[in-house]
Amino acid sequence: MSDGLARLRLGLSWQGVSLGLMALLASAALAIANDLTRERIAAAEARDLQATLAQVLPAGFADNDLLADSQRVGDAGGERLVYRARRSGRVVGAVFQSAARGYAADIVLLIGVDAGGSLLGVRVVKHVETPGLGDKIEIGKSKWILGFEGKSLASLPAAQWAVKKDGGAFDQFAGATITPRAVVKAVKGGLDFFAAHRDEILDGAKAK
Amino acid sequence: MKLDVLKDGLWHNNVVFSQMLALCPTMAVTTSGSNGLGMGLATTAVLVCSNLLVASIRHLVSPQVRIPVFVVLIATLVTVVDLALNAWLHELYKVLGLFIALIVVNCAILGRAEAFASKNTVPAAALDGLAMGLGFTAALTLIGLIRELLGSGTLFAQASLLLGPGFRFLETTVLPDYGGVLLMILPPGGFLVLGLLLAARRAWEARPAPRAVSPAPTSA
Repeated sequence: MSDGLARLRLGLSWQGVSLGLMALLASAALAIANDLTRERIAAAEARDLQATLAQVLPAGFADNDLLADSQRVGDAGGERLVYRARRSGRVVGAVFQSAARGYAADIVLLIGVDAGGSLLGVRVVKHVETPGLGDKIEIGKSKWILGFEGKSLASLPAAQWAVKKDGGAFDQFAGATITPRAVVKAVKGGLDFFAAHRDEILDGAKAK
Repeated sequence: MKLDVLKDGLWHNNVVFSQMLALCPTMAVTTSGSNGLGMGLATTAVLVCSNLLVASIRHLVSPQVRIPVFVVLIATLVTVVDLALNAWLHELYKVLGLFIALIVVNCAILGRAEAFASKNTVPAAALDGLAMGLGFTAALTLIGLIRELLGSGTLFAQASLLLGPGFRFLETTVLPDYGGVLLMILPPGGFLVLGLLLAARRAWEARPAPRAVSPAPTSA
């Protein structure tokens, strides 16, 4: 048996067949794994999003399910998905993403604002900044990102929307200026976006 | 035999310090002790599984196509582990997710499949995977701790994110109000620490043997 196998293994067809069989088994394993995990992963990601949405709004700020109440708002650079926070049906705030180019790639933020355009909270959703330096923008590593709360375009003149090194109001980190500069820019961009589309977002019509 | 496999993995044939393999993940993730530990443990799990699978199909695969077969096997394994962790251990995945995708490009895994698992029995291959993985984990954690200490003055910062709240006691701030040496956190720091550790290892191995039996003096 073992001899037969050894002889068979030397044949060219054995190589092709074994390679093909391996590829087939691998594809099958991947397809099954993908199928088994797809729903759970989607659910986990929705939970994550919900948890992040809750972070940029004060507790009890909204009484609706933000995930189910979103709206696409046209913008110069395409359109953004805006989640509306309501209290007894009235739109009292909005949550949306804003991004700016960081040190290595885009830093994506989630921004919560109230109807008056004041920041309720800012969190980093995605970034690839240098670990130990630029990653201080994460809430898990530093409280820096909380410094945006309560600020608005009205409370700070446009020139102050910069890091202190550039004459603005926000701290940079030791050794990292590009990262906080990008975050400030993204927050400012988000507020500009909200100001430009405020009526459309606060309108409250249940658009999908 | 078993002891040799363990000693090989942990010291004599250590993935990083001796084989000099897997330097890409080594440089990329060892900015802190916790990161090194996380990458090491994830790699160990994949290495044990891949060695097991490779050893169990070693009689069926002909030498000419073994490399593509192993590559497909390892890539599939890592992807399945990635999906499964994401679905069932989502909190852990958020911490380890970055590392798992990097394991595919870890040449140490293919290296062990080719050099050991394809020539040995299933239990021996599993043991080799475990020993090599633990040696890799130890190397990564050591480099991570040194870089973290010099770079930010802490040890095992954020270990509780990786291992659970019970491990918060590991998190120590050795040097409070330490400005930090940026160089150690950036990639050059990884090369510096690895180079110095390699030099220390060489010096240790080249130390003069204890003079129990002094050789007879040869006349000139």
